[in-house]
Amino acid sequence: MAKKGVPLSEMATSDTHGEDSPYFVGWKVYDENPYDAASNPSGVIQMGLAENQVSFDLLEDYLEQHPQEFGWGCGVSSFRENALFQDYHGLKTFTRAVALFMEQIRGGRTQFDPQHIVLTAGATAANELLTFILADPGDGLLIPTPYYPGFDRDLRWRTGVNIIPVHCNSSNGFQITLRALEDACAGAESMKVRVKGLLLTNPSNPLGTAITRPVLEEILDFVAHKGIHLISDEIYSGSVFSSDEFVSMTEIVESGGHQERERVHIVYSLSKDLGLPGYRVGTIYSYNNEVVTTARRMSSFTLVSSQTQKMLASLLSDKEFTENYLRTNRERLKKRYEFVVEGLSNAGIRCLQGNAGLFCWMNLGELLEEPTVEGELSLWNSMLHEAKLNVSPGSSCHCLEAGWFRVCFANMSQQTLEVALMRMKDFTEKMKAKQMISSL
Amino acid sequence: MGLHVDEHSNYNVLSRIATSDGHGENSSYFDGWKAYDNDPFHPIDNPQGVIQMGLAENQLCLDLMQQWIKQNPQASICTGEGVSEFKDVANFQDYHGLPDFRKAIARFMGKARGGGATFDPERIVMSGGATGAQETIAFCLANPGEAFLIPTPYYPGFDRDFRWRTGVQLLPIQCHSFDNFKITEPALVTAYQRAQTANIRVKGILVTNPSNPLGTTLDRETLRTLVSFANEKRIHLVCDEIFSGTVFDKPTYVSVSEIVEEEPYYDRDLIHIVYSLSKDLGVPGFRVGVIYSYNDAVVSCARKMSSFGLVSTQTQHLLASMLGDDDFTTKFLAESRRRLSRRHKYFTAGLHRVDIKCLESNAGLFCWMNLTHLLNEATVEAELKLWRVIIKEVKLNISPGSSFHCSEPGWFRVCFANMDDNTMETALKRIRKFVSPGNHTAAAQAKKKNKRWDAALRLSLPRRFEELSIMTPRLMSPHSPLVQAAN
Repeated sequence: MAKKGVPLSEMATSDTHGEDSPYFVGWKVYDENPYDAASNPSGVIQMGLAENQVSFDLLEDYLEQHPQEFGWGCGVSSFRENALFQDYHGLKTFTRAVALFMEQIRGGRTQFDPQHIVLTAGATAANELLTFILADPGDGLLIPTPYYPGFDRDLRWRTGVNIIPVHCNSSNGFQITLRALEDACAGAESMKVRVKGLLLTNPSNPLGTAITRPVLEEILDFVAHKGIHLISDEIYSGSVFSSDEFVSMTEIVESGGHQERERVHIVYSLSKDLGLPGYRVGTIYSYNNEVVTTARRMSSFTLVSSQTQKMLASLLSDKEFTENYLRTNRERLKKRYEFVVEGLSNAGIRCLQGNAGLFCWMNLGELLEEPTVEGELSLWNSMLHEAKLNVSPGSSCHCLEAGWFRVCFANMSQQTLEVALMRMKDFTEKMKAKQMISSL
Repeated sequence: MGLHVDEHSNYNVLSRIATSDGHGENSSYFDGWKAYDNDPFHPIDNPQGVIQMGLAENQLCLDLMQQWIKQNPQASICTGEGVSEFKDVANFQDYHGLPDFRKAIARFMGKARGGGATFDPERIVMSGGATGAQETIAFCLANPGEAFLIPTPYYPGFDRDFRWRTGVQLLPIQCHSFDNFKITEPALVTAYQRAQTANIRVKGILVTNPSNPLGTTLDRETLRTLVSFANEKRIHLVCDEIFSGTVFDKPTYVSVSEIVEEEPYYDRDLIHIVYSLSKDLGVPGFRVGVIYSYNDAVVSCARKMSSFGLVSTQTQHLLASMLGDDDFTTKFLAESRRRLSRRHKYFTAGLHRVDIKCLESNAGLFCWMNLTHLLNEATVEAELKLWRVIIKEVKLNISPGSSFHCSEPGWFRVCFANMDDNTMETALKRIRKFVSPGNHTAAAQAKKKNKRWDAALRLSLPRRFEELSIMTPRLMSPHSPLVQAAN
C-alpha cells in the first residue's frame, strides 16, 4: 500500500533546532573517534564542550564524608515524601540553598529571595521559558555577538521569536557598545520586528570575559530607555577567576537601578560552576512578580527531579563546603586558563584577555587562507581532521570577524590538555609552513 | 537615570501566552482546594478535616520501593556504595539518556502492559513528566490553530499541556453514560466533521488508555476503530498510557502497541505513546516522562526537544537499576495490582451499600461516581452546587465531572489510592451519613432549591460557566500554588 507521509508540524520539519551547525558537527566527529590516552591516543580531543570537570573531586569527597545526609542513602524513610513531591515551588530547603549559593558567588553583595526563584530542568529550559513569557512569535531579542550557538535553538525554535544580533568586534575586546545596541534596534525596526528584550551572558560565552560595571550600567540605562526586558544569563558567575572581578546585574539593580528591577531577570544553573549538567538544575530569578508566577506555572513542563533537589539541598546548604568549593574552583580554573594561554602563545596564537569561564577565545586569523567564513571553516575542518582537535569556529557563534575560535579547557585532564596543546603547536607550525611555501 | 517611556515601551506587558489563561489555574474551583488546604484531614490531629480525594496519586506501594532502595544502596550515587559512579552520572547530559535507563524503561513498559508488546529502547525519548511529553508531542505534530480530537470526559491538564504554548486546539468527541462513555465511530465522525465545517484542520486524536477519569480500558475493537480512523483520515493517534500499569482487573489491558504489532496494514508512523512513572510507580516527583513513537522523524524531533526537559541522570541511574531488577518489577507490578484491586473493591462496595453506583472500571487510581440522582436538575450549576456541599458539609474533596468536560452533569471522580485504609473507611462513613435516607443534612437539602445554602456557602458560584477555564489546580500535575512546599 502506498503510504503518504502524514505531515508533522512545521516546527518539526524546520532546521531551527540548529544541529546542522559546525558546532554540533564537530561533536559528532568526536563521538565517532574520541581520544583516550590509553585506548585511542590518536583520537579527536574534545575542546568544543564547555564543561567543568576540574573540581569533581571536591564533590566526591564531600559525598563520601556525608553519606547519611543525602538523598535517602540510609535515611530511606523520607523517600516516600520526596518521591511524591511535585510542587512547582520546589523544595523549600533547596530553593533556600540555591539562593544562598548565588549570594556566595556574588560575595554577599546582593541578596536573593528564595520566593523569587523558579526551578527549571537546566538553563536551556530557563532561557526558552523566559522567551515564551517576554516575547510573542515574530518579536525580537537582542543578543550581543559572539554568542553561545545553543541560543539559536533555545530562544527561537519553539517560541518563534527572532534573535537580533548586537555586533561586537575585536577593536575594543568585543565589549558591548551603545552604538552597537542602537544599530541593532534600528535594524530590527526596519524589518518591522518588535524588540522585547536584551539577553546578556555574563560572564560571556564564548569570550570568557566578565562584563564591566560601566558597561552593565549603560546596558541597564539602554533597556530602560527602550522600555524592554533584560535577561542576564549568569551561568558562569561562579567561574570567574577572581571573585571581585564579577559584577552581577543584580548588583547594578540594587545599587541605584532599583526602579528598573521589574525588567531584570537572571538565569542560573549548576551545570557549569558545579559541573553537574546531568542533573538538570536551572533557575530563573526575577524581581517581577508576574514573571515569577507565570514562569512557575510554565515550569510544570520542566521541573527538577525531587530526588536531585533533596540531595543538592544538603550539599549547597553547607556554607563551609561551598565557600571552599568556590574558592578552589576559581583557583583551578585560573591555573588552567594561564596554562592554556601560555601553551597557545608558544604556538604563536593570541587569545582575548579573559578572566572567566571554561574556555579561551583564540585568534587564528593569520592562518586563514582568506578572511572569510569559508576560510575559517576550512581551517576549522583541517584542525578537526588533521590535528584531531574539535574547537568551535567563531562563525557558529555568529562572530562577524573571521578567524576566532573557542577552545574549552576544563573538560579534560591536565595530561590531555598537554597533548592538545602540543597538537595545536604542530598544527600551527604546519599551517605556517604551508603558507610560506605557497607565498613563494 | 530616568524612566523614559517611549511609544515602544512594553516591558510591563508580557507575551500573549503569558497573559492568557492557558495555564488553567484561574478558576473558582480554587475554592475546593482552599477548603482542603485550610482544613486538611489528619486521623489524630484533625479527624474532622477535609479528606483529599481529588488527587490521582498512587501511594499504595511506596513501601516496596523504599525497601528496594534500602537493599540496594549502590543504585544511589550519594551513598558510600554508589559514589564511585557520581562523576560519570553527573557529567552525562546526552539527550539519548543513559543506555541502561532506556533499556530498563523499555522493558518495564512491556511488563506493565502485561507482556503483550515489546518496546525498542531506541525509540524511548525523555521528557519532563507526562506533562512535558504531551506538550512536546503537540509541538511535533501540529501547527498553531490545528486541532486534536479528544474523547470526553478527559484529564483537565490536557487543556494546558496540549494547548497553552503550542496554540493547538482540543476538540471534544462526546461520549455518554448510556453506553458507558464508549468512544464510538459515529461520535468520532461527528467530531471530525464539526471541525471540518468550522475550517479547523484536524491533525490527530488524543486518547488516554486506561482512561482518566473513567478508570476503564479500551477494548480491542475500539482501538482498531481509532487506528483505522486515523489511517483513513491520515491523522495521528496519540495514546496516553500513563495508567497502563494500574490495570487490576479484567478485561485484560490492550495497549495500542499491540495493535501496531498485530496489524502491519496500518501505518505505524501515525502512532505515538506517552508514558510516565508518576502513576504506575508512584514517583511524580522524579519527573520521568516518556514519548514513544513509531515514527522516526517524530523520535528525532522529540529527542531534540527533550533538551528542554531531560530526566536528571541521578534519577535515571537509580531507576535503571531498580527497573532493571526483573525480580523486583515482576513482584512490584503484581503486588501493586493486588492492592489497587483490593482498595477499589472495598471502596465501590462501600458506595454500593448506600446505592451509589460507579462506572464499572478495571484500572486507574479513582472511580467515576454517579451522583446524578442527587441533582435537582440535570445542569452543571446543580452539579457544582452539590460539589460545594460535599466539600463543605461532607468534607470530602472530590472532583466534579464538569471539570473533565463531561457531557452529562452529576458524575464525580473520586480518588482512592492516595490514602491509607483508615482514612478510606472514614471517607466511606461520611458518604454513608450524607446519603442515608431521612438525613436532614446536606444530601436532602441539596436536592431542594434552597437559597439558604447558597448564602451559607461562602464560596462563589461561577456565573457563566462556559467562560471559565474549568480547572482545579490539584487536578493537574504538577501541583500548584495552594500546596505548601513540604519538606
